[in-house]
Amino acid sequence: MAVTDVTGRGEAGPATIVELPEGVAVTKLDELVSWCRKNSLWPMPFATACCGIELMATGASRHDLARFGAEVFRFSPRQCDLMIVAGRVVMKMLPVLQRIWQQMPEPKWCISMGACASTGGVFDTYSVVQGIDRFLPVDVYTPGCPPRPEQLIQSIIDLQEKIQREGTLFCREFDAPSRQQPPMALRERGRGIRD
Amino acid sequence: MMDSRVIQQLQTAFPNLTASEFRGQTRVVAPVESIHEVLETLKEKFAFDLLVDITCVDYLYYPDAEDRFGLVYLLANAETGRRITVRCFVNDTDPTVPSVVGLWKGANWLEREVWDMFGVRFDGHPDLRRILLPEEFTAHPLRKDYPLQGRGERHNFPVITRAEG
Amino acid sequence: MSHPGGLAHDEPWPYLWTMNFGPQHPATHTTLRLVLKLDGERVVDAMPDIGFLHSGFEKLGEHLDYNQYVTVTDRMNYVSPMANNVAWHLAVEKLLGIETPPRCQSIRVIVAELARISDHLLCLGAMGLDTGAFTHFIYAFNPREQISDIFEALCGARFTNSYTRVGGLMYDASPNAIEMIRDFLKQLPKTLSDMERLMNRNRIFVDRMKGVGVLSKAEAINRGCSGPIARASGVTRDLRKNEPYLNYRDFDFNVCCAEGGDCYARYLVRLAEIRESLKIIHQAVENLPAGPVNVVGTGPFFGEKTFFANQSRSENTDLSPSASRVILPDKKAVFSTIEGLISHFELVMANRGFRTPCEEIYCATEAPNGELGFYIVGDGGPRAYRARCRPPSFVHFALFPHLIRGHTIGDVVAVLGSLNIIAAELDR
Repeated sequence: MAVTDVTGRGEAGPATIVELPEGVAVTKLDELVSWCRKNSLWPMPFATACCGIELMATGASRHDLARFGAEVFRFSPRQCDLMIVAGRVVMKMLPVLQRIWQQMPEPKWCISMGACASTGGVFDTYSVVQGIDRFLPVDVYTPGCPPRPEQLIQSIIDLQEKIQREGTLFCREFDAPSRQQPPMALRERGRGIRD
Repeated sequence: MMDSRVIQQLQTAFPNLTASEFRGQTRVVAPVESIHEVLETLKEKFAFDLLVDITCVDYLYYPDAEDRFGLVYLLANAETGRRITVRCFVNDTDPTVPSVVGLWKGANWLEREVWDMFGVRFDGHPDLRRILLPEEFTAHPLRKDYPLQGRGERHNFPVITRAEG
Repeated sequence: MSHPGGLAHDEPWPYLWTMNFGPQHPATHTTLRLVLKLDGERVVDAMPDIGFLHSGFEKLGEHLDYNQYVTVTDRMNYVSPMANNVAWHLAVEKLLGIETPPRCQSIRVIVAELARISDHLLCLGAMGLDTGAFTHFIYAFNPREQISDIFEALCGARFTNSYTRVGGLMYDASPNAIEMIRDFLKQLPKTLSDMERLMNRNRIFVDRMKGVGVLSKAEAINRGCSGPIARASGVTRDLRKNEPYLNYRDFDFNVCCAEGGDCYARYLVRLAEIRESLKIIHQAVENLPAGPVNVVGTGPFFGEKTFFANQSRSENTDLSPSASRVILPDKKAVFSTIEGLISHFELVMANRGFRTPCEEIYCATEAPNGELGFYIVGDGGPRAYRARCRPPSFVHFALFPHLIRGHTIGDVVAVLGSLNIIAAELDR
C-alpha cells in the first residue's frame, strides 16, 4: 500500500513516496477518533410524546437500529453522547431537558426529532416551547409529525456523516464561534491545515 | 324525557332548579348555593354514583351569556347507562363553588384542574394547588381573555450554548 | 399524613426517605414525576406531579375548526390515535345531530377496535418490560407494526392518522386494506397465545403482579374509574354495551371483567379484551355494508329549538338549510368544477364553514383506556367555543397514591405499567 504525501511541504523536488507494510493505514488522528465516535453513538431517548413511540419502534424488531451502531439506549444521561429529543417540550419540561443535557459528558450531539421538538409543530400555544434550538444546541433536525422510523435512521446516518466530517480530537468544533475560526492567514492556506 | 321522574323529584326538593334536554341529555341548572346539596341528593338518592367529569366553560364572549363561568358536573350510574349533567354559574372577582371531594374522591384532581385553568376556587378542597402548570405561573390560560400564544412565558428560559455545555 | 398535599421535603419525620422518580425516567414510559416517601423499601406515600407535557390542547380546540382539530386529537392518546379521532367526531356529530351511514360506522368500529388492540399490546408489552421480560415487549411490538401498516393502507399515515371527518371518513377502506385486516385477524391469535404462554404462569411476573395495587369496586366507582381498570375491579360498565354508540349494538361480544382489582387482574382484562376486539373486527369485516362512507344530502339539522336553561339565548333562526352541508366535496369535483371549488372554499376558509347550534354536548366513547369523552360547546361558528376532553389517564393517575401505599418500591413500576398512563392524555 502506497501513500503519497501531498501536503506539499517540500516545494522543490518530487513528492516523497512512502511504502507501508501490509495492514497499516495512515490517517489523521481526528478522523480516526471521529470514525470511532460516529459508530458507537449511545442515544439517550428523551421521549416525551408521540415521537417517543416511533423512537421505540425504531429500536424494536422491524427497524432495528442496531444495524447502524446506535442501538445502545441508555437511560442515564451520564452514559450517553447523543440526545434524541422526541416530542414536544413544554415550559415545565424545558429546565429538565437542559439539566439532562448538561449532565451528558462531552462530546455530545443532539437530534431534534419531529416537528414539535424542532419548531413547536401544531402546538403554537402558551405552554409549548417553539423549538428546542432556542435554548439548546441542536445538530440534526428530523422533519415529520412524527417522523417514520426510516427517517430517524436517516438522521442518525446524517449525524454520523457530520461527526466524520467535522469531528476533531479535542472537540474544537464545539467551541464558541470566535474560537472556532482559525486565524485568517492559516485559513487561506486551504483544507487540512486548520489543525 | 328519560329522567322526568328524577327531575320532578329534584324540583320538588329544590324549587329553583331548571331542567332542559338536548339530544337525549338531561341537564339541570342549580344555583351555586345549593349545588353541593343537589349533587349529594343525586348521588345518595338517585344512584348517580359515578362522577365522570368536572369542567368549566368561560362564557366571556359567548353570545347572550349572562354569567361568566359555568361549572359542569357530569354524573352517571356505574351499572346502567343513565347520565345527568348538573350546571351552576359563578361570576368574576373570586368565583367560588363548594368542593365535592367529600362526595367523590375522584373530584380532587378534576377540581384542581379547573382551578389551574380557570381560577375557579373550590371551597373545602383539601389541596387546591396548580396541577398542570408550574406553580409560578400567574394566569389561568383557559379563560377567554388569555391569548392562545400566551404572554411570552414560553420564551422565558436561559439559553445553553455549546461552549457552556 | 399530616400534609396530604405537601411536597415530600416538608416531611417532619427524619426516618423517612424522599425519592424523586421522573420526570424523565424510562419506567414512567412518559413524562410524569413522583415524589415517593420511603420507609426503608416500603412506600409510605407518593405524590404525583404532572403537567410536564401540558400543551394546551383544549385552548387549541377553541381556535381550530371541527375538522382541523382531529389532527390534534391524534396526539392526545398517541398509542391509539384512531380511537381519539372517532371519539372527537362522534361528539361533533352528536352536536350537529348527524347520523353517519352504516358503512362509515362499521369502518369506524373496525379502526377503533384495532386501536384498542394496539393500545393494549403496548400496555401489556410494557408491563412485561417493566417486570424484566424484554421478549414480551418485542412480541407485542410486531403486531403493532402490522396495525400501523393497516392504518397506512387506510389513510396514508402509519401513526397519526386523522382518519375521520365530520360526517364521514377521509377515504373509504380499500379492498387491499380489508385483506390486510383479514390477514391480521388470522395472525394475531398465535402471537397472543405466545404472549400468554410466556407470561400468564411466569413465576416472576405473577409474583410481582398479584396482590399489588389492589383497587376495590367501591373505590373504583368513588374515584371515577372506567375502562379496563374499573372492569378489573368488578365494575361491569362498558360504554359499548351500556350506551351503544356507532353500531356496536349489532356485534356479539363480551365485556371482560375480573374481581381481583390488582395488577394481574388488569393484565388479564386487557389480554381478554384483545380477543373480544378480534371478535368484533371479524364480524364487522365480514358484514361490512356497502354504500357511501360520507353523509349525503343531510337535511337541516337545526330543526330543534335550541334552548339553554337559565340563560336567555337567542334562538338560531338565521341558519339556512344549505348550511347543513358539512362534508368536504370530492377532490375531483374541486379540481374540475367551479361549484366544487366554491363548496370546498365555503367549508375550509377561515371565515366560512358550517354553522353549529348554540348548544353543549357531552359524548363519551369506550376508548382503550376508559371513558374518553368530549364536552363541546358550540357557539354557532365553525369552531368549538370550548372543547373539553375527559381524559381517562388523568382520572386513573389520581389513583396512584392510593394504590401504591404500603407496597415496596419495586412495585411502583408494576402499578404504573398496569394503569397505562399516557402523558399527552394526562396533561393535554
